Amino acid sequence: MSKEWPLWEVFTRSKAGMHHRHAGSLRAPDAEMALQNARDVYTRRGEGVSIWVVKSVDITASDPDDKGMLFDPSDDKIYRHPTFYDIPDEVGHM
Amino acid sequence: MAYTIAEKPEEARAFAAETAKDEDPAKRTAFDEKVAAEGKIEPRDWMPEKYRKTLVRQISQHAHSEYVGMLPEGNWVTRAPSLRRKAILLSKIQDEAGHSLYLYSAAETLGVSRDAMLEALHDGRAKYSSIFNYPTLTWADVAAIGWLVDGAAIVNQVSLQRCSYGPYSRAMVRICKEESFHQRQGYEAMMALAQGTPEQKKMAQEALNRWWWPSLMMFGPSDKDSPNSEQSMAWRIKRDSNDDLRQRFVDMTIPQADYLGLTVPDPELKLNAETGHYDFGEIDWDEFWQVVNGNGICNRERLQNRRDAWDKGAWVREAAMAHADKKAARKLAAAAE
Ligand SMILES: [Fe+2]
Ligand SMILES: [Fe+2]
Repeated sequence: MSKEWPLWEVFTRSKAGMHHRHAGSLRAPDAEMALQNARDVYTRRGEGVSIWVVKSVDITASDPDDKGMLFDPSDDKIYRHPTFYDIPDEVGHM
Repeated sequence: MAYTIAEKPEEARAFAAETAKDEDPAKRTAFDEKVAAEGKIEPRDWMPEKYRKTLVRQISQHAHSEYVGMLPEGNWVTRAPSLRRKAILLSKIQDEAGHSLYLYSAAETLGVSRDAMLEALHDGRAKYSSIFNYPTLTWADVAAIGWLVDGAAIVNQVSLQRCSYGPYSRAMVRICKEESFHQRQGYEAMMALAQGTPEQKKMAQEALNRWWWPSLMMFGPSDKDSPNSEQSMAWRIKRDSNDDLRQRFVDMTIPQADYLGLTVPDPELKLNAETGHYDFGEIDWDEFWQVVNGNGICNRERLQNRRDAWDKGAWVREAAMAHADKKAARKLAAAAE
């Protein structure tokens, strides 16, 4: 069996002013072909005006087991939200 | 869509091997509770080995079906009756290739390699939807496929959007968005024939006669003969039973056939005033199992075409990879200077 083509993650920007968002993945031998394939697979109905491709192996992701350690500490910091503060109605919209 | 970011194939494989050994009852309970509460399972979550295996089988079969589904339609690309129909058919076939890709990607998150799935298809171990083992004799068969086969696929896939496995569910959402055009173009092509000359109408009726029963078979064995269904439903892999989905399809499709002025080839079919559903005749389950087990009209031809495409494309895949490696090496050497 020959070598499998590497896996790429595809990000598309749906229109100017929007973020690129993860659209899916595909296999391709190099970045150029990954772009071409991404265009054919993920932007066939006007879903994109710009595409990024990145090799999956080059992405560093947080470990799901660390979820609590990483993200729970923000839960008790309610003073980071605007609704934490009482502002009298007389002041008007703030 | 299919992958959560960085579901690297090697890591997915290692993770699958590791969880297979880990039978911690607390994890099992947490898993069952999450699924029961409509939570989604993601690739790096612990899951029972049987859940993983069931999903690998189901998703890879689904991927194979999308792929093989291109073959009966490909038969008509060069003979489509107009340029408009040809462009539409090409576009639909291209979509099916994409569907196959989304699903292979989703299956890969479970730790199975794409080449291993293809190998299982090529040597006959893996199944795909039996519907594609029937021939497309006339242009009307292409119309009937869009209307009935994609119609049945939609009923099934809409239900699977709520599957408990995240990557599969996301692939279904994307696929459903693209699938609606497939059914509509098929129905429109069927309409053109049904409202055409007597010969064209006859062609449409004959295609409906050929595809009606196989379309009903697409939903799989009857619930009472489908022993694995119960576990799949409990795990929220399947959301509706085979018989329920089949009934839904019949109820939706009969009025569409009526509008075309065509008759569904089932003398027992009639609206049940009490239930509000159509009652229909018994499926020929012997035929169903014959085709599943490789003895349909086109089983051999479809697999041979698939193998040929793979074998004849090998040099292209290898050359593209060699070229990419060479370019990368050259870049590295230039950077070192
Ligand atoms: Fe499809
Ligand atoms: Fe389709």
